[in-house]
Amino acid sequence: MAEIIEKVTLTEEQKKRQHKRSVAIAFALGALVLIFYAITIVKMGPGVMNRPL
Amino acid sequence: MTLVDQTESKQALTATAITRTDFGADFSGAEVRDYIALMKPRVMSLVIFTALVGLMVAPGSLHPLESIIAILCIAIGGGASGALNMWYDADIDAVMKRTANRPIPAGRITPGEALGFGLTLSFGSVLILGLLVNWLAGGLLAFTIFFYAVVYTIWLKRSTPQNIVIGGAAGAFPPMIGWAAVTGSVSIESITLFLIIFMWTPPHFWALALIKSDDYRAAKVPMLPVVAGEAVTRSQILIYSVLLAPIGVMPALLGFAGVAYGALSIALGLLFVGAALRVYFIREGTPARKAAGQMFGFSILYLFLLYATLLFERLIGLEALPAMI
Repeated sequence: MAEIIEKVTLTEEQKKRQHKRSVAIAFALGALVLIFYAITIVKMGPGVMNRPL
Repeated sequence: MTLVDQTESKQALTATAITRTDFGADFSGAEVRDYIALMKPRVMSLVIFTALVGLMVAPGSLHPLESIIAILCIAIGGGASGALNMWYDADIDAVMKRTANRPIPAGRITPGEALGFGLTLSFGSVLILGLLVNWLAGGLLAFTIFFYAVVYTIWLKRSTPQNIVIGGAAGAFPPMIGWAAVTGSVSIESITLFLIIFMWTPPHFWALALIKSDDYRAAKVPMLPVVAGEAVTRSQILIYSVLLAPIGVMPALLGFAGVAYGALSIALGLLFVGAALRVYFIREGTPARKAAGQMFGFSILYLFLLYATLLFERLIGLEALPAMI
């Protein structure tokens, strides 16, 4: 039995907005990485590498 | 796999594909600025400012990066509350002129997206504040978001004219969270910072409600002027203003503000009561609306100046007055 598949085809405007949203999410994730990296250094300093395994 | 199954899967591979572009409300056409609007940036700026003051005037010190993270988390938590509020209130926002162009009633963001956005930001901001700064601050932020989204928006706003009296607590927590981020504690000083905003909120919003009562009536929101009438609202504005004025002076009396704050808070408190008296006595026509509008505008200036002076005194190193109570 043949199925009907509905595909989403975005308009140019929707694609543009989706791209902008994706860039904003990427920036937010990048900022989180930086924050966690920086706060690790601030809280633990060089000692971050000096701990028993 | 049977022969029948194989035949069916071959047919599935050659299935007809139709494309749709008419997704309307099912597919997001939101722009980044719509998400920013969802966080109520103007409310957020007040949250950032009051939290910053709480953080700066608190005794002790916090690493600058931790301070930035704390303010960022409080701001995002405030934004999350705004998004959750807009998600739940989309139906009444659509009715009121002032809010009809918000992203959900205007159809730019779906309610589901707003809910997901609000919840993600809520959990994220609380978790990061708790993990990177301290859990008292994180816990207070979680309580603030819960209080605004659930206690105020879902429960009180549509059920009682006392909605903003109790709900105002949510807006009063940020300086307390800022203070807790530095000290890891709640003290009489941070409770005073809380009380100033808590007592300020009712006269501030009721002055607005006097002007916008038609909007609230249309949306069936039981604001005080709609339910109890304008005369009661004017009396209540005056009562809260008289109570607010001495509370505004408390930071100087408790010994964590200087002489500039002490003098200014007395003068501004008197002007606040003066504005409330004008609202109380001028009851008819355009002058009455003007008096309410002036009260609303002055209330914003009042809060800004009190908190800005606290911050300014701390920045220039002005010594606090000795505690008198």
